[in-house]
Amino acid sequence: MIRRLVSLVSLTLSMFSFGFAQAQELVEEFGPQTAPTTLVLRSTTDISVFGPVVDAFLRTQSGLKVIYEQWGSNDLHGLSRKECREGSPEADVVISSGVHQMVQLVNEACAEKYSSRLTALVPGALRWRDQLWGITREPAVVVYNRELVPESEVPKSRFDLLDLLRPTETPYTGRVATYDIERSGLGYLFAFADAQEASTFGALQESFARTRAVSTCCSADIIRNVAEGQYLIAYNVLGSYAQGYQEQDDRIGIVLPSDYTLVLSRALMIPKGSKNGGAAGAFLDFLLSPLGQHALRRALLISPLLESEEGAEGETLSSTALRPIGLSPALMVALDQLTRETFLKRWRITFPDP
Amino acid sequence: MASFFRQLETMSLTARVAMGVAFLLVLGGVMVSIAAFAYGKEAARTAYDRLLLGAANDIISSISVQSGEPVLELPVSAFELLALAPDDRIGYRIMGPDGATLTGYDEIQIPDRFDADSNRYFESDFFGETARFVAVSRRFAERTLNGTITVVVGQTVNARDMMAYDITRKALYVLAASGLAMLGLATLVVRAVFKPLETIAGGLAARDPHDLTPLGTDVPRETAVMITALNSFMARLDRQMNSMRHLISDTAHQLRTPVAALRAQADLFGDEVDPARKDRIVERIQSRTSNLGRLLDQMLSQALVIHRGDSARRELVDLRDVVLDVFDEENHTVLFPDVTVGLDLGDYPVEIMADATSLQEALKNLFGNALKYGQSPVRLGTTLTEGRASIWVEDAGDGPSEAALQSLGSRFNSGALSRQSGSGLGLAIAHAVATSFGGRLDLETLPGVGFRASLVFPVKQNGGRKST
Repeated sequence: MIRRLVSLVSLTLSMFSFGFAQAQELVEEFGPQTAPTTLVLRSTTDISVFGPVVDAFLRTQSGLKVIYEQWGSNDLHGLSRKECREGSPEADVVISSGVHQMVQLVNEACAEKYSSRLTALVPGALRWRDQLWGITREPAVVVYNRELVPESEVPKSRFDLLDLLRPTETPYTGRVATYDIERSGLGYLFAFADAQEASTFGALQESFARTRAVSTCCSADIIRNVAEGQYLIAYNVLGSYAQGYQEQDDRIGIVLPSDYTLVLSRALMIPKGSKNGGAAGAFLDFLLSPLGQHALRRALLISPLLESEEGAEGETLSSTALRPIGLSPALMVALDQLTRETFLKRWRITFPDP
Repeated sequence: MASFFRQLETMSLTARVAMGVAFLLVLGGVMVSIAAFAYGKEAARTAYDRLLLGAANDIISSISVQSGEPVLELPVSAFELLALAPDDRIGYRIMGPDGATLTGYDEIQIPDRFDADSNRYFESDFFGETARFVAVSRRFAERTLNGTITVVVGQTVNARDMMAYDITRKALYVLAASGLAMLGLATLVVRAVFKPLETIAGGLAARDPHDLTPLGTDVPRETAVMITALNSFMARLDRQMNSMRHLISDTAHQLRTPVAALRAQADLFGDEVDPARKDRIVERIQSRTSNLGRLLDQMLSQALVIHRGDSARRELVDLRDVVLDVFDEENHTVLFPDVTVGLDLGDYPVEIMADATSLQEALKNLFGNALKYGQSPVRLGTTLTEGRASIWVEDAGDGPSEAALQSLGSRFNSGALSRQSGSGLGLAIAHAVATSFGGRLDLETLPGVGFRASLVFPVKQNGGRKST
């Protein structure tokens, strides 16, 4: 399989124009140039992470190439919705970490039905209407700097984090980071799920406000800044990215909060009227097959952190603490205009514009 | 088509019962399906409408007003309630006092003539699928916001349909189970019903061919009908066989003497040389053969009567026709030209249920007796009096002596009916015919008129047919 970087569309564009410009961040083509069938795959996952999985898929196919477009979740949602209303989907497969957005797309009849022996095995919480499937398992974790945060102060749970932030003269003032939920669909989803999950989130929000915590964009930036010591602790970072970074740079530590850990399953759907529904179904079946699961595990998209025997540094969790974000229409609440406004209004009080 | 009906007629009873039950089940299945589906739809609608209403109320109660603006955080619980229909899409729309959409789907069309108070539910299209919606309103009377906020919540109808189908399917399962039970029961009952028949058939097959004794009647009441019919049939058969047996032995007995006499005369004739005596012998042979012929006639007619008495079909017979038929044969004008014969027939039919041929034989015998032994004039006639019909032969003579009548009567009853000769046999035949149709033979001497022999039969009183 030839893997070729076709184009690199200005990575910086997305930094300047959140959600307005509808343009992909990166495009890459997999498989033989001359293949008769082309599968257009749109995803929010970094190409570098998901590429090996696509390669593994193409090894099982012939006469197929994959155009992989990498998008921001809000842009991808907007584009998919627009194409759905116009009835002209360009993509054959859409995978997004903004699962609430995906649920909304399915709710608006934008997805094609698909069922096979393998999809029937997907647990009910990770499958909706045979149109949307959760294909990954990624925990939302706390990342800390191993050099600057003493072993005794490593927060094992949200209560520990609250305790760290409580003293007036805490050294963590201004050095705790989390997603900017107005810009990141995933950050908003995690925050929203937190708010549903426990009252701890209110207290946490209050502590963040008091200690002037930082809300910023993008997993990669946050994790790098923790490693470099600019931030000491990052809250609600996607575990797959954190672990991927940790493999190169062991200055960071990863904690799965023991009170509860949110688990995200990126959602996959086949847009209604997609031109290569057959190939899209084959791709889905591959991801659900043992071979695909293995590839996803290697890409850390099915996180080893969740499997107790491999639990990094003994951070094992009882399975009851895992809270998968299920694919249910209840997630649409997160997207409701008024609800979002109310939620963001409260958020802005916590993180006033710098 | 015709052969199909013929097949239907000879179809086994088990198959008939099975067909009946199957027909009942199919018909019941269709009816139960329709009823269960209607019920299921209704039940599903009620159940899921409550979910909708619950969710809508949940949402509307979470609306508050802050500084003149409605503020809302959609309660996740409302959506979780709706997600109890796991595969249904959810639509909602919240409208402010001015009718503008505050949040939710603009696409949801609210029917034009919609009164949110009385008619809260409606059905509408939601992204290409039928969905059912509920509309709930709440009045706000704040200083800054005065008006009605309406919440419309709905979902597609997959779960409702599934529930209706599910209820229908379960009803059909119950029907199928009870149908199977019915079929099993029906088979058992049919088997039980026909068990006695098999017993009877087995008993009959095992019987000696000459055994005509009645079958045991210790069978269920319903099958006893058959046993009774069978037994009466066998009794008739037995009677006929007995008659035949008697007839044959009687005939042999009766014929032996005259035939022996004839042979003796014939022998004499061969040995005789005197022509005058030869002539006398011939004369005697002629008279004997004519007697023998008459005897044979009578015996054959008796055989006929005995045979028909049990086996011929009863039909409505006008006794006047019987008289006319016998009269019209006109044998008497040839054999007894000196005797005057008259008829006495009424104007109205004299009808009984009997066999015309038997009656004719009986009348012929009585008529023959009157011609031979009675005195002219001879009259034939019928009478219909209250409750009885009679057909009679009358002559001007005195009839047989009192003693002869007495002995005749006893011999009728003794069963040795056919060991008679001459008039006796004729009377015996008439007696047999009378009794086989429920009547009797009356012999009476009418003062100043003569002797009358009549067959008297009871008549069912029949208003329209009564005659004077």
